[in-house]
Amino acid sequence: MTDADLLIVGAGPAGMAAAATAAYLGLTVALLDEQPAPGGQIYRAITSGGAERGAVLGPDYLSGKDLADALGSDKITLIPGATVWQIDEAGWLAYSQGGVGKRIAGRRILLANGALERPMPIPGWTLPGVMTAGAGQILLKQSGMVAEQAVLAGSGPLLYLLAQQMIRAGCPPLALVETQTLADLVHARRYLLGALRDWRTLAKGSKLLSEIRRAGVKRYRGASELRVEGQDKADSLVFQCGGKQERLACQTVLLHHGVVPNTQATRALRLEHDWDERQRCFRPRCDRFGATAIANLYLAGDGKGIGGAQVAETEGRLAAVAIAHDLERIDTREFKRRASPLKSARKQALAARALLDTAYPPYAESLRPSDETLVCRCEEVTAGQIRGYAKRGCQGPNQTKAFGRPGMGPCQGRYCGLTVTEILAEANGTTPEEVGYYRLRQPLKPVSLGEFVGLTEEKDPA
Amino acid sequence: MKTALPFRELSPAPERVEIRFDGAPLALPPGANLAAALLAAGAGHFRTTPVSGAPRAPFCMMGACYDCLVVIEGAQVQACMTQVEAGMVVTRAPLREAGLDD
Repeated sequence: MTDADLLIVGAGPAGMAAAATAAYLGLTVALLDEQPAPGGQIYRAITSGGAERGAVLGPDYLSGKDLADALGSDKITLIPGATVWQIDEAGWLAYSQGGVGKRIAGRRILLANGALERPMPIPGWTLPGVMTAGAGQILLKQSGMVAEQAVLAGSGPLLYLLAQQMIRAGCPPLALVETQTLADLVHARRYLLGALRDWRTLAKGSKLLSEIRRAGVKRYRGASELRVEGQDKADSLVFQCGGKQERLACQTVLLHHGVVPNTQATRALRLEHDWDERQRCFRPRCDRFGATAIANLYLAGDGKGIGGAQVAETEGRLAAVAIAHDLERIDTREFKRRASPLKSARKQALAARALLDTAYPPYAESLRPSDETLVCRCEEVTAGQIRGYAKRGCQGPNQTKAFGRPGMGPCQGRYCGLTVTEILAEANGTTPEEVGYYRLRQPLKPVSLGEFVGLTEEKDPA
Repeated sequence: MKTALPFRELSPAPERVEIRFDGAPLALPPGANLAAALLAAGAGHFRTTPVSGAPRAPFCMMGACYDCLVVIEGAQVQACMTQVEAGMVVTRAPLREAGLDD
């Protein structure tokens, strides 16, 4: 029994766009999301609180409203507050909603579960008061909260966007502590010509920077040796810049050095993953429509490789068109006709990516942190301990678990996996591709026994 | 010395309900994200770690890091995935029960 033609996990730009396109092509859709309302992280709370804060959050954020409005089709069943914890190749999902375990079946499954902040381990990053820049934005979008006396640290355009939003909210950050160097910028120049095809994004970036300058927010560039200090909470960020040690007293430190695909589900489903050297992360293997080695499983959006919201939206639509073709709702001719402009739009939206990735690379000292830095936040395992395991012959991430439990806490490796891979690659003189990643298993999130046992099959698609 | 709260609320919700956080009464907006509301109220740390007892507070705000774990009705839940309800009794995780420690 199927409840819908298509089950979509994640109601961000990819999931929302896929749902609308699939419904337009006649498919019944169930769209599940962990949050109480659609939007994903980028358009978090777009249908409620966030929309009122448009002046602070800006037009790019508000554009998510159109995607959410398109979910009104009677072919789409939105299932909010649903944490998906089991995905079965036979075509069903198990999820928890309000503490109750439920199951839903569909002919095709589209994973649009998005990205995670790239783990940014530095000494002191587990102290209360240290959060991801993404968390800072979520607080702003969903709850209308801005951090007072905050320092933004790391690299990447998201830091500039958040700084601009904080300025517009009347609560500018104390400083931007940026880890990218002039050499990175010089290195990125070779991608400039290609990026000019997406000149709008570049123009937006330069506007952001001038707004930050006008607000008088101090920028430190080429910062290194970052660490957060404090007893029971963060009270300062200490770093080296221009040959000097700097210490900024603050209440909140917001960290960011890029986002990476959330591969928890694709790993647990045993899909192949490829190492992306430029973005320094793994991406699940799929074709350009998102089709995977599992016949009824498709991928779209940042979860299959970081491209940002515009790319995610076109990928969601591409996957929906491919699935409609796969289910013989449209013929090959219509499939090609619909896919062609989407492929061009995707290419256009990706034009500035290489330039940005190269100009704002991950912070090297967080990829392979100093020995005293905690790598696994849950089980409190340091980089030095991981290096110690390697000395004792540990070859792969999965084996580290037997040595000291990294990756075995409640976050299931989400915030240490890539770091453990990088450290082992360096320590064993090999590559991240060779080292691989933790072997992940379902359930994808911790579930209570009650949710597991009480699993009830949804009776009717209704 | 009175320290300023670490977060500014752009438009504080007028409606408030009472909850308890580690025994102390707090007035939070009903339906608000619990982790955000506790941060706005200056709640400090949310849990201590089972390994070293170190204090932790929300890190990701998107249900991935589990550093905002609190105990509600005997179960550990992520505060960032929970909405404020009147009369909620919230305590810092982990739950200390005889026989579970040490």
